[in-house]
Amino acid sequence: MKLDIILAGVGGQGILSIATVIGYAAVQSGLDLKQAETHGMSQRGGDVQSHLRISDHTIYSDLVPEGAADIILSVEPMESLRYIPYLSPQGWLVTNTTPFKNIPNYPELDKILKEVDKVPHHVAIDADGMAKDLKNSRGMNMVMAGAASLFMDIDFEKLKEGIRYSFGRKGKEIVDLNIATLEAGRKFAEENRSS
Amino acid sequence: MDNNTLLLLGDEAVAQGALDAGVSGFYAYPGTPSTEIMEYVQRSPQAAEKKIHRTWSANEKTAVEAALGMSYTGKRTMAMMKHVGLNVAADPFINSGITGANGGIIVTVADDPSMHSSQDEQDSRVLANFAMVPVLEPSNQQEAYQMCFTAFELSEKFQTPVMLRLTTRIAHSRSGVKRGAPLDENQLAMPEDKRQFVLLPAIARGRYKLLLEKQPSLEDEANNSPYNHYYEGSDTRMGIIASGIAYNYVMENFQDQPCPYPLLKLSQYPIPRKHIERMVNECDEVLVIEEGMPVVEEKLRGLLDRGPAVVKGRMTGELPRDGELNPRLVRKALGLEANPSTVAPEVIAPRPPALCPGCSHIDAYNAINEAIKAEYGDGHVFADIGCYTLGALPPFEAINSCVDMGASITMAKGAADAGLYPSAAVIGDSTFTHSGMTGLLDAVIENSNIVIFILDNSTTAMTGGQNSHANGRLLNICEGLGVDPKHIRSLMPKRNTHDQFVQMIKEELAYEGVSVIIPQRECVQTQLRRAKQKQSGGKQ
Repeated sequence: MKLDIILAGVGGQGILSIATVIGYAAVQSGLDLKQAETHGMSQRGGDVQSHLRISDHTIYSDLVPEGAADIILSVEPMESLRYIPYLSPQGWLVTNTTPFKNIPNYPELDKILKEVDKVPHHVAIDADGMAKDLKNSRGMNMVMAGAASLFMDIDFEKLKEGIRYSFGRKGKEIVDLNIATLEAGRKFAEENRSS
Repeated sequence: MDNNTLLLLGDEAVAQGALDAGVSGFYAYPGTPSTEIMEYVQRSPQAAEKKIHRTWSANEKTAVEAALGMSYTGKRTMAMMKHVGLNVAADPFINSGITGANGGIIVTVADDPSMHSSQDEQDSRVLANFAMVPVLEPSNQQEAYQMCFTAFELSEKFQTPVMLRLTTRIAHSRSGVKRGAPLDENQLAMPEDKRQFVLLPAIARGRYKLLLEKQPSLEDEANNSPYNHYYEGSDTRMGIIASGIAYNYVMENFQDQPCPYPLLKLSQYPIPRKHIERMVNECDEVLVIEEGMPVVEEKLRGLLDRGPAVVKGRMTGELPRDGELNPRLVRKALGLEANPSTVAPEVIAPRPPALCPGCSHIDAYNAINEAIKAEYGDGHVFADIGCYTLGALPPFEAINSCVDMGASITMAKGAADAGLYPSAAVIGDSTFTHSGMTGLLDAVIENSNIVIFILDNSTTAMTGGQNSHANGRLLNICEGLGVDPKHIRSLMPKRNTHDQFVQMIKEELAYEGVSVIIPQRECVQTQLRRAKQKQSGGKQ
């Protein structure tokens, strides 16, 4: 088993919270893990990515090779496209459709979503909207983790454990809310995957 | 993972490794990608319980010197910095090769090839070679941990500092690390030779000879190091030397079939001649793959490039001469077919980093632009290293230089000496106490006609909000260095103080001499963090 994920977003959007949940689930499943993160200057509103590699055998490179990613999980639509060279021909692009506009020349959203549509295997989801509907205003990341979980060879229960581990300090209510958010994201992907 | 295995960044593995290997003190100045070493130590209950030294230093030079002082007492110590930080610390680092160590001393340097967060991509192995100091270069997080034990042993056995060289992709990548049995700290034990650290010429000449005499033994260590491994291969048309994490990129490309070529995994220096000779004798060509500059390749090639084997690598175009490696580039160098991949669509716009919404630097640059750029045109503002360097980008385009820590003040002075008017400097509070104070003294001595802006956000912001030595001390420092108190001025940069700010700049531009203006407002990130901590009951 090997699972290569590119997590993408904008500095400050908190993609590492997704990595923590998936990483915890992987480790609890007895799998090996390497996770390369972006620190430093780009964290100030620049494009950021994390390479998350999970496998049942030795992982060498800290970076996912181009053409090898099983999933691009992006919390921002334009950022999902930036990493297309990493996506394997069978891989899934799972992206939030809510743009994060902190540059003056942000392209028209329609053009971006059209490009997302061209990717053979994709899920596009208004994760910000869904999180709001679930009354989990900070839950966008967990919607995305849930949607992408459909394409991971990892026990879904283990991901829920990852949420308990990540949010445990904040109390049962927050844990339950985020588990419900994760499930909603997954359900959306089941119903709206491109193929 | 069992209880003894931790999921750690490469940086954190180094911190935990040093803690378990009996370190007594860490000394560092924050710098990407090395910052997380000290941050981990500062969070560590183990470090707190043992009262391990873990306060930030003013700069990398003071860090290495303090570490050398701790080594003098026989205790184990580590100094940490980014690659350009080693330039600041070059004086004590190079000379520590000559004094040698008493207690084990590791200088951990995190290089940043591809300049993700840096102004250059220099390779610290070059400076280690210059200082004739051995280097350990981990290929994974487990080695990063383990090498702390090895480095302290080496350091004490040969009375030499040891460099631990990381690069961005190992420093900032997380993986499982299995801990070993922790060692006790060393007892206080002064050097046997009380003149070991006295580099008077007569003594230094003797110490230097000792350093030279150590070299063959250090090479023996590298020849026999478990971190340097020669893997046999049947296809001897090519041999591969892969250093540090470059080894991973080679192996990534041989997942499905074993590597057919002889392969030297290189992680300990000086360069192990025994393995190199064997490879050159066995193989027609040698491909050298290194993260960073072609350090090994250049040595192998020699000036005349007439060795018995053809040497290939970054200098012959098999790999790019600059920038960091990745699996694709290494795959190409190995002569393997590229993985199928799609080109990214053209619609994507670049997203450079930017000042955070609400950042005090925004107000500072709005005022500086109005008072200087609008009045006198572009080209009058020398800046420095920190978040405010982003003022070079639109919409501000407010600054004209960023060279090294502290260079804003001294470059402004030099330009003023040459007749540039106005000549202004922009520097952050932490950068000012790192390397700006001495330059200010130069300016005061000559009463140079410059205006210096010390943008005080009360933290070392770019690296994530570490404590700033300047906190609450800036006014006193400037006055103590001799700036006329009438021309040390401060205000809170906000939208509603803009006009006052512009007026203040104009007044100081009219003054012929050194003016210091200190816009003071806390970084929005640290402010937010404090608010969150308060909310969660003061705990983190």
